[in-house]
Amino acid sequence: MIVGSHLTKRYPGGYEAIKDLGFEIAGGDMVFISGHSGAGKTTLLKLMGAIERPTSGSLIVNGQNLTAMRRAALPYLRRNLGLIFQDQKLLFDRSALDNVLLPLEIIGLHPREAQRRARAALDKVGLLEREKANPIALSGGEQQRLAIARAVVNRPTILLADEPTANLDPESARQVLDLFVAFNQVRVTVIIATHAPHGIPGRQPRLITLDHGRLAP
Amino acid sequence: MNTWLRQHLAAFRRALRRLWAAPLNTLLSLLVIGIAMTLPAAGYVLLDNIKALGKSASGVQQISLFLEAGANRDLVRSTQDRLDAAVPGQWRFVPREEALDRLKSSEGMAEIVASLPRNPLPDAFIVEPRDGSPEALETLRETVAAWPGVAHVQLDSAWIKRFDAFLKLGRLAVSLLAAVFAVGLTAVTFNTIRLQVLAQADEIQVARLIGATDAFIRRPFYYSGALQGALGGLAAGLLISLGLSALEEPVSRLATLYGSSFTLHGLPPLQLALLASVGAALGWLGAQLSVSLAIRQMD
Ligand SMILES: Nc1ncnc2c1ncn2[C@@H]1O[C@H](COP(=O)(O)OP(=O)(O)OP(=O)(O)O)[C@@H](O)[C@H]1O
Ligand SMILES: [Mg+2]
Repeated sequence: MIVGSHLTKRYPGGYEAIKDLGFEIAGGDMVFISGHSGAGKTTLLKLMGAIERPTSGSLIVNGQNLTAMRRAALPYLRRNLGLIFQDQKLLFDRSALDNVLLPLEIIGLHPREAQRRARAALDKVGLLEREKANPIALSGGEQQRLAIARAVVNRPTILLADEPTANLDPESARQVLDLFVAFNQVRVTVIIATHAPHGIPGRQPRLITLDHGRLAP
Repeated sequence: MNTWLRQHLAAFRRALRRLWAAPLNTLLSLLVIGIAMTLPAAGYVLLDNIKALGKSASGVQQISLFLEAGANRDLVRSTQDRLDAAVPGQWRFVPREEALDRLKSSEGMAEIVASLPRNPLPDAFIVEPRDGSPEALETLRETVAAWPGVAHVQLDSAWIKRFDAFLKLGRLAVSLLAAVFAVGLTAVTFNTIRLQVLAQADEIQVARLIGATDAFIRRPFYYSGALQGALGGLAAGLLISLGLSALEEPVSRLATLYGSSFTLHGLPPLQLALLASVGAALGWLGAQLSVSLAIRQMD
């Protein structure tokens, strides 16, 4: 469950990317955040992912108020979130498997258990045969799916994805969306920022539309 | 195995991997660290050997007591009595004839001695008191010098004092040298760790985004710094051992020529371990300073 009220984010320099925003996302929801370029979609995801801190207002994620949290506590909160970045942030100095292992190394999981879980995540996104490949050798769609594997390997309760289907051909975009639907079906809250919300057959995801940092009327 | 231990092990493994990933850099910084540690450590070993040399050369403290020239039998006898009474320990009488014979037998002196019109040497005593401390010897010297018929008292421990002062000076010099090189070693680690942090900037950034604590990010660099320092210390130990084994033969040959059984002694394992630990501690320190700065700059 994520609740924002009077949420405001002002970047250094003074620009207000999110202005007095109020919203509520229930656990297990699937939500699209849309809006024009510069509307504040990425900023809102970063706030929910505890990467940027609110300037004022409150933002409660998994029962914790991010406005009031100590900096040292943030890493532990992030571990329960799965983040998929606009630029993916894969590491090109190691294999696909090692990319997926990183979150598990961070929580100090036993190496054997970590290997097992990382392979399971790669299997889920259909990349198990490519585990030894360097991400640079993967296609755009495969890289996106690798980023998803890394995001879900910690079994997060919330998945936050920034433009996960931009730059993908329709077929790859479909595969990626299907993955999000599959995770949502097992009660993972899925929040996707996108210019163009996709229709999903048989489902009616919620839509939050931003306009210059506010909810669009 | 608990999580804490496992995380440290993992950090250690990552540190090893990073050192291994840039073998040439690693080798070069190990060499620099090793040499930086070799100089003060070699100085220490040298002093240690000189100290041992001093001990082996001056096992017994002696006082030489010279009577006035032309002293008669009575004076010799009364001095003997006084020595018996005043000095616990041993003494030996060296008549002037014996002294001259000895002089004659030393190389190149025979002719000179033969050319002398008469024996210029006085009767003498060599005293080895049981208490050989510099203070006791000094008191004894003053007492003996006041006896009648005693022309001169020579304390053979004077050079021991000088030797001691020289050793102290040497030790101070080595300590200063060690302090300077400790700063240098810390600076070298600071720099290599800084390069490592910059090379790992992407991983650090991503790891933070997905929930890594500061400790998780810093730990491998600390281990890396400590590991470099420890290996550098061992490299220094190796260099010193090589140097010593090269010197060993010539030194013992020289010692034999001087009728001494002196041999060089190297670094015992305990001191090698100490060298490695000091290196590790300084490496850890350098890494800590470096990582703090680099990560602050990254924010
Ligand atoms: N780090 C930053 N410092 C200053 N201003 C920023 C920063 N990040 C974003 N902004 C500004 O905040 C506004 C919202 O940016 P944001 O990235 O959230 O938009 P967006 O909706 O994700 O846009 P896009 O669809 O192009 O990705 C923009 O005007 C942007 O210039
Ligand atoms: Mg964006």
